[in-house]
Amino acid sequence: MPPAGAQRTLDVAIQRKSFRSASGESLDVLKDINFSLEPGEVGAIAGPSGCGKTTLLRIVAGLDTDFTGAVRRPAQGRLGYVFQEPRLLAWRSAADNVRIAAPETDEAGLEALFSALGLAGHADHYPGELSGGLARRVSLARAFAARPDLLVLDEPFVSLDAALAERLRGELAALVARRPVTTLLVTHDIEEAIALADRIILLSPRPARILGELRIDTPRGGRGLALTNKLRADIAQLNAAAGA
Amino acid sequence: MALRLLSLAVLIAAWQIGAHFAGPRLLPEPLAVARAIFEEARDGALFLHLGATLARVAVSFALAMFAGAALGLLMGRSRAADAIADPWIVVLLNLPALVIIVLAYIWAGLTETAAIAAVTLNKLPNAVVTLREGARALDRNLDEMAQVYAMPRLTWLRHVAAPQLGPYFAAASRSGLSLVWKIVLIVELLGRPNGVGFEIGSAFQLFDVTRILAYALAFVAVMLAIEMLVVQPFERHAARWRPKNP
Repeated sequence: MPPAGAQRTLDVAIQRKSFRSASGESLDVLKDINFSLEPGEVGAIAGPSGCGKTTLLRIVAGLDTDFTGAVRRPAQGRLGYVFQEPRLLAWRSAADNVRIAAPETDEAGLEALFSALGLAGHADHYPGELSGGLARRVSLARAFAARPDLLVLDEPFVSLDAALAERLRGELAALVARRPVTTLLVTHDIEEAIALADRIILLSPRPARILGELRIDTPRGGRGLALTNKLRADIAQLNAAAGA
Repeated sequence: MALRLLSLAVLIAAWQIGAHFAGPRLLPEPLAVARAIFEEARDGALFLHLGATLARVAVSFALAMFAGAALGLLMGRSRAADAIADPWIVVLLNLPALVIIVLAYIWAGLTETAAIAAVTLNKLPNAVVTLREGARALDRNLDEMAQVYAMPRLTWLRHVAAPQLGPYFAAASRSGLSLVWKIVLIVELLGRPNGVGFEIGSAFQLFDVTRILAYALAFVAVMLAIEMLVVQPFERHAARWRPKNP
């Protein structure tokens, strides 16, 4: 339990983030990105590709500190990060990859996690022996095993086949339901955002601003076609209003 | 394996033929050298001198590799450390082995410490430069992963950095082991009362080619055994995660 009065929400207030290009001019990537996530809330950042979503995640996770503004992470600040590529240690087995990043995991928990993600039987395999989809699942297992206070996922299901992506989305929803954790997810897939998020944060093309925030109060299990269509219409309207 | 043995047999045959033409004073026959090795082994002198040399090789090699890896890692990771230490490394790298040895003996006397220090300083810059290359090539993506999961420094070193540095460490060890034992021989020749280098020095004064070859070959055999029994198994262990038959 975090001590009373400790930071519980994730508060992001980025005034400006710019990159210096090779020719020396400064390029704005993010502008006035302000939002908060309640404990246990799942936020999805959606926006066109190349708009700076990954940069935003890196700032939130503390990997990029060169920006104007402030980010306050939940107290104790344990992080789980699923990168776009799996980023596994090729010289350690799948199970060891998880154990090294999350040393407090007990063997029973590890086994349960591996079977939930369809990794049973792959614990002793090296990443080089795993398919791309399996490696991605090990990276998910690692992030969950770390028992994070903040879980960050960067397009975790991109370039997987549709059926597998669907299944892993279900697993992610189940895992978040079992142990609520403040989650920030980046996706360019609106369906995915609608399926997983409590709150969708819609970004504009570069330099990214927030076009709008949509709260979804219906629980993840009960989101029917009608709700999905309504949200899609809302998102299309926000995009149109911005001239995107 | 058969090809290797055949090649070795050809080398020994060439030696035998050479010995026939050069005469036993300049190039004794293989059998005479083998007999000399046996004689030296029987009265224990061979093991005394081999042991002394091997101990010096082991200590100075371990010191040079340990300090070289630490310094190389630091210099590869920190620009400031690199800028400060690089000129020293360049100077050491270009100072002839003989100069370092002679100066060490003059400054610290004809002592074991001076001998070990001289050999270590000769090998050190080489290890530093190789490991620095390895440190510069460390995967930044994995460092970020380690940062996100708040890995302790030692965990990072053992599980993230060390396996990536393995091939660089192996390369530095390979060239290092052969370099170190050659320099140890010079150190022994110039200022030690035992060891293979000392024996070869006294054999040289007596023009005893048989004894020179006996000691040299005995030590080469020891180094070959180390290569086959220590270095190669270590490399196989370090590479066990690589998919077979790529």
